[in-house]
Order: sequence, then structure tokens, then C-alpha cells
Amino acid sequence: MTAVLTVEGLTVGYRTQQGLAPVVHDVSFEVEPGQVLALVGESGSGKTTTGHAVLGLLPSNGQVLGGRIRFRDQVLTELGPKGWRDVRGRAVSLIPQDPGVSLDPVRRVGHQVEDVLRLHTDLDARARRERVHELFDLVGFTDVERHYAQYPGELSGGMRQRVLIASAIAVEPDLIIADEPTSGLDATVQKQVLDLIDDLRARSGTSVVLVTHDLGVAADRSDRIGVMQHGRLVEQGPTSQVIADPQHEYTRRLLDSVPSRLAFARERVEVPESRETVVEVTDLRKTYGGVAAVDGTSFTVRRGETFSLVGESGSGKSTTARVLTGLTQATSGRVQLFGEDVTHLGRRGFRALRKDVQIVYQNPYASFDPRFDVYQVVDEPLRSLQTGPRARGRRQPHRDQVVAALEAAALPADFVDRHPRELSGGQRQRVAIARALVIEPKVVVLDEPISALDVSVAAQILELLRRLQAERDLTYVFISHDLAVVRAISDRVAVMRHGRIVEQGPVEQVFTAPRTEYTVQLLDAIAGRDLTVGVP
Amino acid sequence: MTTLVEQEQRAPAPPVPAATASGPARALRWLGGHWTLVLAVAVVVLVIAWALVPGAFASHDPIAVDPAGKLAPPSGEHWFGTDQLGRDLYSRVVHGARASLSGAAIAVAVGVVVGALLGAVAGWFGGFLDSAIGRGIDVLLSIPGFLFAITIVVLLGFGVVQAAVAVGLTLTATFARLVRSEVLKARTSTYVEAATTSGASTFDILRRHVLPNSIASTFALITVQFGIAIIWIASLSFLGLGAQPPDPEWGRLVSDGRNYIATRGWLTLWPGLTVVVVVLATNHISHHLARRDQS
Repeated sequence: MTAVLTVEGLTVGYRTQQGLAPVVHDVSFEVEPGQVLALVGESGSGKTTTGHAVLGLLPSNGQVLGGRIRFRDQVLTELGPKGWRDVRGRAVSLIPQDPGVSLDPVRRVGHQVEDVLRLHTDLDARARRERVHELFDLVGFTDVERHYAQYPGELSGGMRQRVLIASAIAVEPDLIIADEPTSGLDATVQKQVLDLIDDLRARSGTSVVLVTHDLGVAADRSDRIGVMQHGRLVEQGPTSQVIADPQHEYTRRLLDSVPSRLAFARERVEVPESRETVVEVTDLRKTYGGVAAVDGTSFTVRRGETFSLVGESGSGKSTTARVLTGLTQATSGRVQLFGEDVTHLGRRGFRALRKDVQIVYQNPYASFDPRFDVYQVVDEPLRSLQTGPRARGRRQPHRDQVVAALEAAALPADFVDRHPRELSGGQRQRVAIARALVIEPKVVVLDEPISALDVSVAAQILELLRRLQAERDLTYVFISHDLAVVRAISDRVAVMRHGRIVEQGPVEQVFTAPRTEYTVQLLDAIAGRDLTVGVP
Repeated sequence: MTTLVEQEQRAPAPPVPAATASGPARALRWLGGHWTLVLAVAVVVLVIAWALVPGAFASHDPIAVDPAGKLAPPSGEHWFGTDQLGRDLYSRVVHGARASLSGAAIAVAVGVVVGALLGAVAGWFGGFLDSAIGRGIDVLLSIPGFLFAITIVVLLGFGVVQAAVAVGLTLTATFARLVRSEVLKARTSTYVEAATTSGASTFDILRRHVLPNSIASTFALITVQFGIAIIWIASLSFLGLGAQPPDPEWGRLVSDGRNYIATRGWLTLWPGLTVVVVVLATNHISHHLARRDQS
């Protein structure tokens, strides 16, 4: 069989102020008809750049420095702009990363899909319209007439991604580059979108290059896997073999970082019933403008345990976190912390409790004042909550405590004088953890603390959180959309949907014997369950 | 068969950083790359020096009348020539900087203080206050600024300070709007929320987070408004509503020279050019600040 796409020795560089920086080195692979090749790697590994090079869509400062990209018998790397336009959309198409910004917000989605047909076919207006209806039907829209006339803003993220898929397959290309097609989508939606791509591939024999950071998705959906690191393809092979018997050390490390395979996931000791309750929420309701974000939730968290709230976007889990940290007040119901009723404490009244309740955000960098260095960031709780007169004269009065907190978060002491902007995502999250821990709180609310991080970094952060919990007897309220992560770290879990807790219980029970339909659906949507096979 | 494509664990070759030069050399290179900015700053520094110590730059008395030497063209003795009363024009331009610049400074100060206060209140408290202040700003913006300034001067009486206050009040709306949006942006940011959970008091949050982060982008606006204020004050003086004779002021000088524009063009040319150069310089600085703020 002849390959649809052959990439030989591809090297791509970006021009920067400091000269030419190569980001993809000597990458070679082939994709055969109907095959799915997953390019897996962490941020900065060059996987997206590789995908875009195949489409001739490198940013203006990007440049193919060497190697060849062959599509059937055409050498793409030798094409001029006109040749590219002819190939793109017709023969090779793209499902882009972010459906939120990939559609023109002021044009009807139907017309946007029609653009492809207008460019690459000679169908008349009526035929094009019919074809778009067909396509919308194919990608699973029920009311195609209505959706045809809608604007992107009226569609959810998953529906927008379907529109983009419809335009990617409009003229039945031979090859689709799917660049992180599901990142940012909820698990159940992710499953639907991936199923759709699978289905289309089976029907039309299209080849797919699936660019993803998620090994789970790659394991479930690809025939071959290519693992990228630092711009090099370090390993490639049939998916089952790469998963079962990884050859390269980096592949092994990636696999070991997948939450469901984390070693500590299987060695949790249950928190005894006898420990005191630190968080007690009774029939909590919170409405915004008449719409209930949280609609009657009740749960308790005992000292030293990790209680997870899991749900998809809009399920009310983050609102619950905001109520627990006193950032917003409950509309009704009761919230008790350490036995004290805090339901009607305002922001001012809650201040006394801040020493004991801290929060870590999803995006650490946004939670740091852009003008602050690491010392100022971590010092803030100490500075704000210290009692007695402020130490004057000394430039960094709490330097010792700040350094100790940084070291507890496994950061070197000299980070204290650096600026968060110089740090990596994982290091920034460690700084955020150091800030939360510097005043030695009892309860830490973790609001999606690892969703913005690469897998291997996320695994380290989880490990750090677990260690800190053991050392300091911390209580975690862990907010996440990722069930695999929740399973790795929690003692008990509550599944939220539309502001209600649909199921809660010990993590093993919820995961092995779910009692509601929705939990089953969620569990079903976890990507990469195959990855756990063969774990001792 | 799983193939091992790349065995070696080499880190990617980082882009070779430009040779890290020593401090002074780097500064020199930066200056070379921003020579227009350096020029603009030099112009502004020069006119500020004129305003502070005019005597150091011009030896003639700006109001000493010399009927014998009136309306003389530019020469070695009188660089910009003399006016209809024989006063040295260069000296008058240099001394005029004080009135023009202090007027512009007062105007911008009034604009910033009143505007930032209103904007901060609107942005921080929101709700009714925000609506009330917002509508007030809308009304202010709907009146042509210069007309509004003239009206205020007429109410306050003529003079540089009155003109400056009038111009300042018209600038208020722009500052208020900018500060409001900046405060709003900071108030709803995650880092302010994080500061709240860290236990910071409202006062501390305003002082340590909201204000410093809101102020940066106002600097660009301050410089550009400074230029506009110079023009407006000169314009008011040109109309006779600002500086009163015999005190020199740039707009006043243009106005005085107007009668001789056909035969003694330099009388309007030099003060006019001075205004143009200074305003262009402040605009350029503002442009640079705005760009840096964005990056």
C-alpha cells in the first residue's frame, strides 16, 4: 500500500530576535490510507508545528529548513501559495485546536462550511446548501436547518467543533490533520467528537494525523503513535506496542505520568470515620440572576481526607469552591467550617478564617499580581494576616518563612527573588501552592490545579500535593473535570451535574459500581482506559 | 515493530542568545535602536529646562522694548528676530515655555486627579455609582471639548491658570473612562481574588494591586494628553483667553505675530514650530509607552 503522507527528515525553525531557532528536528513518518497516526507530546515538543508544516500553515516567522513532505505523488514542500490553496481543504484539511476562535463570529456557520464547497467544487448554491445539510446531519446535528442559520456564538463548544469537522470533511479530503481537536471540551463531548472522527474515517477511508497531548486519547483512537520530545520524534510504532512495550525512556515516563497509572493512586489509606468533620455543607444553593449555579448540594469533608467534586463545565463545582472560600455568599443553605457557621459571613467576616482555608487556582500565573516577584506573591498571606505591628525597615521580613514554603513545594530557595514570568507552568503552580501553604492552613481548595499542565508536570504536582497532605495533615477539596485524576488522588468523590450532586461516595465505589446513568456516561468517556492494562 | 527513532537524549539546541554584552554597551545599543525616542525625550527635557531656568538659555529680557530694533529678521543677535516692539522673539519663546508648560501640567494634573478618582470609584464600586458617573462622562464627551473649555474660562475669568483648569476639566472624561476600565479589569482578575483569599483587606487590595496595575496604562495617556493640553492652552491664549500681555506664551506669540504674517513670517513661524515640535515629541513618547504597555 502506498502511503498517503510521507514526511522525510522534516526540520522546521522559527526566526526570533536571537536568530533562527529550530523547533522540529529531522522528523520522518508515513501515514497510510485510512490510518490514524497520533503525534503525542507535551507543550513545546513541536507536534503542532509538525502538523501545521504538513498543511503549509506555519506562522510567518516559521520556515521549513529541510526535509520533504510528500502527499501521494505531490511534494508539498515545493508548492507555491497557489498550489497550497489547491491542496488545502480539498486534499488535506485541518480540524483546528480551538473551536472558540476558529469560526468567524459574525457569519452564519452554514455559510462558513459552504466556503469550502465554493472553493473546491463547482456545485451551485442550492446543491451546496443541500450538501451542508447532509454534512450537518453526518456530524450529528438533529435540526440542520436551524443550525445552518446560527452564529457561532449560539453554539456550545462541542457543537462548534462539529461545525469545524463538517467543513474539514466537506470535500472528502484524503487526509485530515486534527490538532488537539478535543482539548477544552468536556469528557462526554470529547468522546462524541472523537467517535465522530472515528466513524467518518471508517466510512470514507480518510487518513488522520491526530495531534494530542493526551496519551489516553492517542491510545484509544490511533493505529500508530509517534512520541515527540524537544522537536524530535523519539519513538514511533503501532499503538498497542508503544503502550505495552515502550522503548524510549521518555515514552515510559509519559506513560507513568498518566493519572490512572500513578503509583500512589493505589495506595491510599482510608481516613477513619472518627476524625472530625471540617467542612459541612447542607443544602447549599447559589443563584446568579435567578439561575441556580448550585442547586441544593450537601456534603461533608473530614480532617485529612481528599474530597473531590467532579463534573463538566457549568456543573457548579467552581461556584461551590467560591462559596467555601468565602468569595461569594450562598443564596440559601448552610456552610460550616470547623463547626462554625460561615454562611452569612461577608468577605470581611470571613477574613478570620482565611488563615485556615486557602485556595489554589487552575491558572497560577493569572492569580499572581503581574508586578510581583515570587517573594511578594508568597509573602502576601503572611503580610495580610499577621497580627501585631508590621515589621518595618527590613526589606523582606518574612524571607525565612517564604523560603521554607518554597522548599516545601520543592522549589529551590533562590527562586524567591525571581519573577513568575521567568518560570515554567509547573514551577508557577508550585509557587501558588507555596503561597497557599505559607500560613499553614488546614483546608486547601484545589480548583483544577493541574488541568493547565503537561502530563508529566501534572503527575509531579499531584505527587507533591499528596506528600504535603501526608506531612501536614491537610484536608483537600479537589475540583476537577478529569475523572482519571480524581481517581488518583481522592478518598471520596461527588459527581456534580447542573448544580446538583448526582452521586457521592468512596472513590472505589463510585468508580467500580456507579449508581447513576450520568456517572456511567462520565466513566465511559474517560480516554485511555487501556493504559492501565499491564500495570502491576 | 516498535522502532527507536532517536536514542540520544539531547536537549534541543536553544537559540543562541545574542552575546550578552556588558551593561553600558547594551544601553548604547538600545539607545541606537530608539534614537527617535531619545530625540523626543531630549526635546521635552529642553523645553522643561526653558521653563525652569529661562535665563540660562536666553540672555535678552523677554519684555524689554527696543523701538529702534523692531521687526528685525532673525540674526546672530536675535536668533528668531524681534517683534513689533523690538522684543527678542527667541527670548520670548524660551520664557513662554513656563506659561505653556505649567498650564499644560496643571491641566493634566486636574484631568488625572479628578478623572482617576471618578473612574476608580465607578470601577471599584460599580452599580448605581458606576451608572451615574458613566452617564456624566457621556454627557461631558458629547460636548465639543474646546467649546467646553472656552465656556469654563469665560466663567472663571481669563488667565493661564484658569485656562489650564478649564482644559483639565475637559480632559477628565478620557481619564475617568480609562481608569474605570483598568480598575474593573483588575478588580475582576484572579490575582485580586487570590489576594482576597490571602486575607488582604480591601484597602490593601486597592493600594497594592488595583491602583499600581491601573496606573501603568494611564502614563501613555498622560503624555499624549499633555501634548493636547499644550495645543489647547496655546489656542485659548491665541484667542486672548489665556496668558495676558505682556507675559509671553506660545499661543499668545502666534497671535501677536499674526498681523505681520505676510511680511514678517518668522513671528508666527518660530513659536508655532515650537508648539508643533513639543507636541510631536510628547506624542512619540506616549506612543512608545503605549506599545510597551501592550507587550
